Amino acid sequence: MTSLSAVERLDIYRWMYRTRRFDEVMVSMFKQGRGLGTCFSARGHEAVSIGAGWGLQPEDFAAPMHRNVGMFMLRGLPPDQLYSNYLGRANGTTRGRDANLHGNGDLSHNLIGFISHIPQSLPVALGTAMSFRYRRQPQAALTVCGDGGSTAGVFHETLNMAVLYMAPLVVVLENNQYAYSTPVAEHTAVSELHLKARAYDMPSQVVDGNDVLEVFEAVSAALARARAGEGPSLVEARTMRMLGHAIHDGAEYVPGELLAHWEARDPVVRFRRWLQDNDGVGPDVLQELERTETDLIDQAFAAAEASPFPDPDTVEAGVYAD
Amino acid sequence: MPTDSCAGNNRRITYLEALAEALDQEMARDPDVLVLGEDIGGEFGGAFKATKGLWQKYGEDRVINTPMAELGFTGMATGMALAGLRPVIEMQFADFISTAFDAIVQYAASTHYIWQGAVPWTIRAPADGGTSSGPFHSQNPEAWFAHVPGLKVICPGTPADVKGLLTSAIRDNNPVIFFESKTLYRSLRGPVPPGEHLVPIGKARQARPGADLTIITYGAMLQSALAAAEELAGEDIEAAVLDLRTVKPLDTDQILESVKATGKALIVHAANRMMGCGAEVAALIAEECFEYLDAPIRRLGGLDTPVPFSPPLEQAYRPDADRIAAAARDLDAW
Repeated sequence: MTSLSAVERLDIYRWMYRTRRFDEVMVSMFKQGRGLGTCFSARGHEAVSIGAGWGLQPEDFAAPMHRNVGMFMLRGLPPDQLYSNYLGRANGTTRGRDANLHGNGDLSHNLIGFISHIPQSLPVALGTAMSFRYRRQPQAALTVCGDGGSTAGVFHETLNMAVLYMAPLVVVLENNQYAYSTPVAEHTAVSELHLKARAYDMPSQVVDGNDVLEVFEAVSAALARARAGEGPSLVEARTMRMLGHAIHDGAEYVPGELLAHWEARDPVVRFRRWLQDNDGVGPDVLQELERTETDLIDQAFAAAEASPFPDPDTVEAGVYAD
Repeated sequence: MPTDSCAGNNRRITYLEALAEALDQEMARDPDVLVLGEDIGGEFGGAFKATKGLWQKYGEDRVINTPMAELGFTGMATGMALAGLRPVIEMQFADFISTAFDAIVQYAASTHYIWQGAVPWTIRAPADGGTSSGPFHSQNPEAWFAHVPGLKVICPGTPADVKGLLTSAIRDNNPVIFFESKTLYRSLRGPVPPGEHLVPIGKARQARPGADLTIITYGAMLQSALAAAEELAGEDIEAAVLDLRTVKPLDTDQILESVKATGKALIVHAANRMMGCGAEVAALIAEECFEYLDAPIRRLGGLDTPVPFSPPLEQAYRPDADRIAAAARDLDAW
C-alpha cells in the first residue's frame, strides 16, 4: 500500500515520537513556569507534520505553521535550537526576536517563517513556488493552513493565483476542528473544506490526518504532480487539536466526547500499533527508540535552558538587510 | 517648470519616461528582476503605461499580469523575493496599497529582523492628487509606511531622481515603497542620464540654495516649493529648498545642517498634515537644533479630510506655490 520501506516507516515513527516528546516536555515546562510567553501544543498534529513533511525534498520550500514542530525539525532545525526560540535565547532561530515557532524561517533549509496573521504564509509560499516555475526548476513549495485560515480572503486569492499560474504549490489544510474557540461549523458553512479549492479548479482531497501513511501518500503525490508541472493541489488533513489554542487555554468549550473520539485515534499510538501489526516491529525496538528520543529531547531542553539570553545591545541589529 | 541640473546631458524626458527607462534597464541588466501587477500584461502596459513594451520585450514570465488581489500578489512577491528574485510590484494606484497592508507591514517588513530573510521587492505606487481624481485615486499614504520599521519609503520629485532612485530601490535588499507622483507623470520633464543612473536611498538634495529660510519638502511639492522660492527671490527672500527624496530613512544630517544655517524651517508635503511625515521632521528640528531657530517651525500639508474631488475643494485641500510663498513670508518676517 505504500512506497515506503519498513526502515523508512520506522524512521517516520522516530520523528513522530520525537515530535510528541518535544511537545510533552514543552507543555510540562510551561506549566511549571519554565517557559516564556506562550506556546501552542502540537499534540494530535504529529501525523500531519511528519506525513506531509516526509515527501519534501531539500530543494523544495516549506512554510509550516505554529503546530508543525515536526515539520520544522524534519527540515533541519534541531530541537535545542527550537527550544531556545521558545525560551527567547540568543541561539534560537530568531535570536530572541519572536516566540515559540513563530518566525522560524531559515533559507539554508528553504524554510519560510510564518507570522501570527494566518494565513499570510500562503501567498508567500506561492511566491517561492513561482520562483521554481520562473527558474524552470522541478521543485515544489508546501504550506500549511488551518480550517480557520480557509475563511480569510487571502486564502482564496492565493488558490486562485496558484491555479491561474499553474504554480507548483501544495496546500495542506490542517483541519483541527477549531479556530481558537470556534468550531468549524460556526466559522464556515462549507462542510467539506477541501471543496473550497474546487471553486478555483484546484484538485483537492481529504485524508485522515491521524494516519501518517495516508497523509504521506496524498501529499507526496501532490508534490510529485507539482514538480512535474501539473499544477497546485490542496490536501485537507482532518485531525484534532488535543489541547487548547495556547498553553493558557483549558479548552473547556471542547466537548469531552469529541476529545475521546480523537484520543482513540491518537496518531502516534496508532502508528506504533501499525508497525507492530504490519511490519513486525518488536516492543523492544520501539522502547529503545523511545528511550533514545526521550533522552535527546530532555538534553535539548536542558541545553536551551542553559543558553544565554541575547545581548540588549543587539536590539536594533538586523532590521534591514545590507 | 524648474528642474534640477544634470551636467553634460541635454536630453529631457518626462517623469513617466524616466521610470519606464529604469524598469527596462534593470530588467535588461538582471534576469532576476520581474514586474507584476494589474493590467500590465499583454499589449496594454498598465493603467499609466509605465510598463508598456516590457511584455513584448521580456515575455509573460517576467511581466506577470495579476488578478485584482493586492494582498495575494504582494505576499506572492515576498515569497519570490525570499527565493532570490527581485519583483517590482505595480500597485495600480497608491490608494489600493491598503488592501495589501498585512503582506507589507506585518510580513515583509519584519522578516529580516526576525529570521534574517531578505525581501528585495519594490512596490511602485502611483500616488498624489491635484487632478480631480477623488478620494480613492489621489492619496499620498507615505506616512503609513514611514512608521514601519523594516521598510524604506521613497518619494521622488524629479525625472532624474525617479530613474536613479527606482534603480537603487530595485537593487536594494529590503522592501521599498516607491511613491510616484502621477501628477508629475507627463507634466514634468527634466534632464535624465540615458545610461545607468543610481541615486542613493536616504540622501536629501539641496534643490536651491538660500540663506533666509529652509523649505523642506519631497514629491510633487518640490516643484511648488521651487516656484515659490523663485517668486520669493523677487522680494529679496532667499529660500533654500531641501528635497528629501527619501522619507525613510530620513536624511537627518542635511535637514539639521540646512536649518542651522537659515534658522527657519517650513515643511511642506501634499499628504494631509496631521501625523504626516512633516511632524517627524519638525520634531527632529525641535529636538536637535532648537537653539538655532529664529522662528517657530511651520508645516503645510493637506487638510485632515479625505482628498476631495471637485476642483475648488481639492485646491482648498492641497498646498500650492502661493500658500508656500505666503507661509515663507510669515516666517521671514520673524
